[in-house]
Amino acid sequence: MDTKNIMIVGVGGQGTLLASKVLGHVLLGQGYDVKVSEVHGMSQRGGSVVTYVRYGEKVYSPVIDKGEADVIVSFELLEAARWLEYVKPEGQIITNTQEVEPMPVIIGAAEYPRDLAEKMRAAGAKVDAEDFLALAGEAGSAKAVNIVLMGRLSRYFPEIGIDAWEEALEACVPKKFLELNKKAFALGR
Amino acid sequence: MKELMLGNKAVARGLYEAACAVISSYPGTPSTEITEEAALYDEIYCEWAPNEKVALEVAHGASLGGLRSACAMKHVGLNVAADPLFTISYQGLNAGLVICVADDPGMHSSQNEQDSRHYARAAKVPMLEPADSEEARLFTIKAYELSEKFNTPVFVKMCTRVAHSQSVVEPGQRVCPPRAPYVKDQGKVMMTVNSRNAHVRVEERTRALTAYAEDCELNRVEMGDTALGIITSSTSYQYAKEVFGDKASILKLGMTWPLPEKLLRDFAGKVDRVVVLEELDPIIEDHCRKLGIAVSGKELFPICGEFSQNLVRACMGQEEPKTLSIADAIPPRPPVMCAGCPHRGIFYTLKKQKCMVYGDIGCYTLGAVAPLNAMDLNVCMGASCSGLHGFNLAMGAEGERHSVGVIGDSTFIHSGITGITDIAYNMTNSTIIILDNSITGMTGHQQNPTTGKNLRGEPAGKVDLEALCRAVGFRRVRVVDPYNLARVDAVLKEELAAAEPSVIISRRPCVMIKGTVHKAPLKVNTEKCAGCKSCMRIGCPAIAVRDKKAVIDTTLCVGCGVCTQMCRFDALESGEV
Ligand SMILES: Cc1ncc(C[n+]2csc(CCOP(=O)(O)OP(=O)(O)O)c2C)c(N)n1
Ligand code: SF4
Ligand code: SF4
Repeated sequence: MDTKNIMIVGVGGQGTLLASKVLGHVLLGQGYDVKVSEVHGMSQRGGSVVTYVRYGEKVYSPVIDKGEADVIVSFELLEAARWLEYVKPEGQIITNTQEVEPMPVIIGAAEYPRDLAEKMRAAGAKVDAEDFLALAGEAGSAKAVNIVLMGRLSRYFPEIGIDAWEEALEACVPKKFLELNKKAFALGR
Repeated sequence: MKELMLGNKAVARGLYEAACAVISSYPGTPSTEITEEAALYDEIYCEWAPNEKVALEVAHGASLGGLRSACAMKHVGLNVAADPLFTISYQGLNAGLVICVADDPGMHSSQNEQDSRHYARAAKVPMLEPADSEEARLFTIKAYELSEKFNTPVFVKMCTRVAHSQSVVEPGQRVCPPRAPYVKDQGKVMMTVNSRNAHVRVEERTRALTAYAEDCELNRVEMGDTALGIITSSTSYQYAKEVFGDKASILKLGMTWPLPEKLLRDFAGKVDRVVVLEELDPIIEDHCRKLGIAVSGKELFPICGEFSQNLVRACMGQEEPKTLSIADAIPPRPPVMCAGCPHRGIFYTLKKQKCMVYGDIGCYTLGAVAPLNAMDLNVCMGASCSGLHGFNLAMGAEGERHSVGVIGDSTFIHSGITGITDIAYNMTNSTIIILDNSITGMTGHQQNPTTGKNLRGEPAGKVDLEALCRAVGFRRVRVVDPYNLARVDAVLKEELAAAEPSVIISRRPCVMIKGTVHKAPLKVNTEKCAGCKSCMRIGCPAIAVRDKKAVIDTTLCVGCGVCTQMCRFDALESGEV
């Protein structure tokens, strides 16, 4: 089996690290070799953040390069567009439609591009865009958007059973938030 | 049982399994989690030291006392620890001593991209370079074996991609060697004849380690197609495998100092063409050339920045994957100070008073980005104090009236105390602002000697910053609340005008410290708001003006009230009920 590549992108502080933890747990449980690579430090202060998740028989590089991602999961629309070059032409983008203005936009030094989902589709990308933040709110907390997104990601892996995901949630999420996160997962799926 | 483990956590696991008992470190991305994860084992004493020099000396002291010890730091930390490093290399040990150093090719969180391998060679200290988490665990254990066998500290060199990647690890058991008793040995006093003898021993040790490198398990050959041979190490090995698989033969060096000779020659003899794939400086490459082995290296690959599989593909003339793109310019998303960050009020005032700001390293370095743009430069930890003194020596009274050094609490303890001592002793009329946010923010919120808590969060000694500044000779020491803009403005004016040096301590905890109580987010009174954007000048990410009205992002705002002081129409109202 060729190595498969999933990128999780977003804005520092949005909870991308928990998403990659859950995903890594699921994939390891399926018996794959797995590498998860994330950048800590400066970018966690509201900067653009990316996590690379790779799995297969034997994974070498810890990072995913341009044109290599099978799936990009984005917590924010502009970030999906920023990392567009990384998706394979036949790959899948799953993106939250939430827009978080970066500082250059807030202070009027740059513009937030319009209609990004449509433009990415026009460029040939498969884009699954939805207001996942609203679904997280429905589950009980905006913070659960990471797990809502994992729920949607699970749709694209029919070969992995729901129990594997639930088991990963149990292992990675604090007990008192487990029910909320299970609900968030189900809403995303 | 197999588990996914962060590279740094795997180093900590290795330290635990090797029965390391004392760790003294100073935080620094991407090395910090080594010590934080090790602290989760009750069997290991872990502390944050004031800086890396102290950390290494503490770890060495513990080794002399008979316990396996370690310290962890980022690459630039090794500059600070270099002084003890070179002589500890001569002096030797009692129990094993491992120095974990993490480089940051690509400078994800660093001010430079120096290559730590130079230190291994310069200080004649062996260096092991793991390429994934399991190797990080195993090499750390191996490092103790080598340390004790060869009586030398041993480096475990990480880089961002190994330190901050999770890969599969199979943890082992902790094995405790018998404790080495302390025996007084006059030969350990490093002067004249002892040092001369020690240097001779070090050269002999290097010869023995070179012989060890020839056939040790740390260095391995993976033969594939023999048209191309790649000599590589660390994460570069992973890129080589990713791109070439078994279409090339690979010599993977797990020990990058000292380097073998025969192993390299033999490998080169088995392949048609040799390429050295190494990030940053051409260290393995230069060594090969010195041995007369024909290789290509930096004529193909860059010295600057980090590698990736596409970079290797491009440099080796291979096709890169196809990509999609859109025409729109994507605005950058640089990191910013958090909403409610106590540093913000200081930088706003410095900008307003048009000060020359000699900055330093920490979250407050973000005072340099738009819209504040309030920092002129920074160099290394502590330079804000000493550098400002030098600047004022050149600029005279004109400089002194308009310049400040700005330094965080952790950075001040690390290297600022000597700098302000120089100001007080040699008397420039310099003004230093200590940003006391009760934490080491940038590296992920570690305790430090000013916070009154130790690494585990337990009560500990606490530096009295005011008393310390007075003790080194400052008579003018002021404390301000950075949320009070008018007060900050007045105090800064007074201290810049004063006829002697001053320290201003800006005191307010970082809003991201767990347990900090926040106020309710502000409310915008849309009737009063004139859409003038005055509030935007402080650059808080929680506030924006849309359709001519201020809007507060209630998920971010902590109600600090700094923006309300900017508004002439009282349109930003407290959300407290
Ligand atoms: C010699 C050296 N060691 C470690 C670091 C990593 N480092 C960067 S900023 C920082 C801490 C800054 O803490 P503080 O001064 O309290 O400022 P804050 O981030 O809390 O604003 C550290 C440890 C470094 N850059 N240089
Ligand atoms: S973590 Fe603390 S010190 Fe750093 S930017 Fe945020 S509030 Fe400021
Ligand atoms: S009160 Fe104003 S400055 Fe403070 S966090 Fe809220 S929006 Fe930002």
